[in-house]
Amino acid sequence: MSTSTDPPSRGGRPAPFIFGIVGLVVAVLILGTGAFMWLSQGGTASLIGGPFTLQDGNGRQISDRDFRGKYMLVYFGYTFCPDVCPTTLNEVADALDHLGAKADRLQPIFITVDPKRDTPAVIKQYVASFSPRLLGLTGTEEQVAKAAKEYRVYYAEHRTGSGPNDYTMDHSSVLYLMGPDGKFIAPIRADEDGTQMAADLGRLMS
Amino acid sequence: MSRLSVRLLCSVLVVMPAIALAQQNGMRVENAWSRAAMQGRTGVVYLTIVDDGAADRLTSIATPVAAKAELHESFTENGVAKMRAVGALPVAQGNKVTLAPGGYHIMLMNLKQPLRQGDAFPVTLNFEKAGQVTATVTVQKAGGSMPMGHDATGGMNMQGMPMHGRDTPSSRP
Repeated sequence: MSTSTDPPSRGGRPAPFIFGIVGLVVAVLILGTGAFMWLSQGGTASLIGGPFTLQDGNGRQISDRDFRGKYMLVYFGYTFCPDVCPTTLNEVADALDHLGAKADRLQPIFITVDPKRDTPAVIKQYVASFSPRLLGLTGTEEQVAKAAKEYRVYYAEHRTGSGPNDYTMDHSSVLYLMGPDGKFIAPIRADEDGTQMAADLGRLMS
Repeated sequence: MSRLSVRLLCSVLVVMPAIALAQQNGMRVENAWSRAAMQGRTGVVYLTIVDDGAADRLTSIATPVAAKAELHESFTENGVAKMRAVGALPVAQGNKVTLAPGGYHIMLMNLKQPLRQGDAFPVTLNFEKAGQVTATVTVQKAGGSMPMGHDATGGMNMQGMPMHGRDTPSSRP
């Protein structure tokens, strides 16, 4: 009955209708291609990592670009952490020993989320106690906040008393493997033992 | 005395503190160990409490090497590592509680001296009923894992199980 809904432009005005279809097809193609490209780059994974400028143990400015051509294994933590961070860093040191020649193409990086207490001198001494290969980075609170944001790392102070040192840090505890082009490859569990970690790294590094 | 037996005696004397058992009213503290750490920073003590006496609670800890020693617990929540003070640790009768990396530990705050691998220092645990139990803590390397003691059940390495079915570690906690 509802003939009133018949297209009124049957012979007279085909243009808008066809433009609509063509427009829709084009839109689907563009969106589809975009989604495909995004997914093929690892979807949300490609959002992990990005540019940072920090300071090494000698107070020198270091940026992510300084590591192009090398894999980076990035971990965020803090030196006042007695339990979780030392465990992870020791396993990283162990993994490097197990990794053989590939270890030369991997730069493990420890970035503090507690720059107030982790000065360049402190972080230098701290990382040296685990492995001479491990690089410790700190920076201004803004520099650290930016690096953490690029890596989607959460951190927050947890007060334990009223003194200036009476706090611990809650922080994301995951290792990030970044490729020689600086792009994210995969997360590595921070609670793995060195042997397992080396096996994972060996498989993920070409 | 032959040179060999002098050596043997020496090594026994060196090993003694590591295997020394602290005991009081049926409460034993075994395998106390720590990790190398810097003066003025934080340190850690791990150990095993064995309660052969009545049900009890660990209420406080003291050591001459740190300004303060507290029982803490590390845990990971949605991929975020956290550490919180624990008021008191209940120990059930006939039970054994192991403080190990990634869980319960004694956190040493403001170390009065650096802890170097091979060092030994005392730690005193105060229990509600059993009273004070003092153990000798041996220092491992920074980030070191539980030393292989005489107590085989203290082993914590469970990585021997097959992991082949596991994906890339995107299944992180």
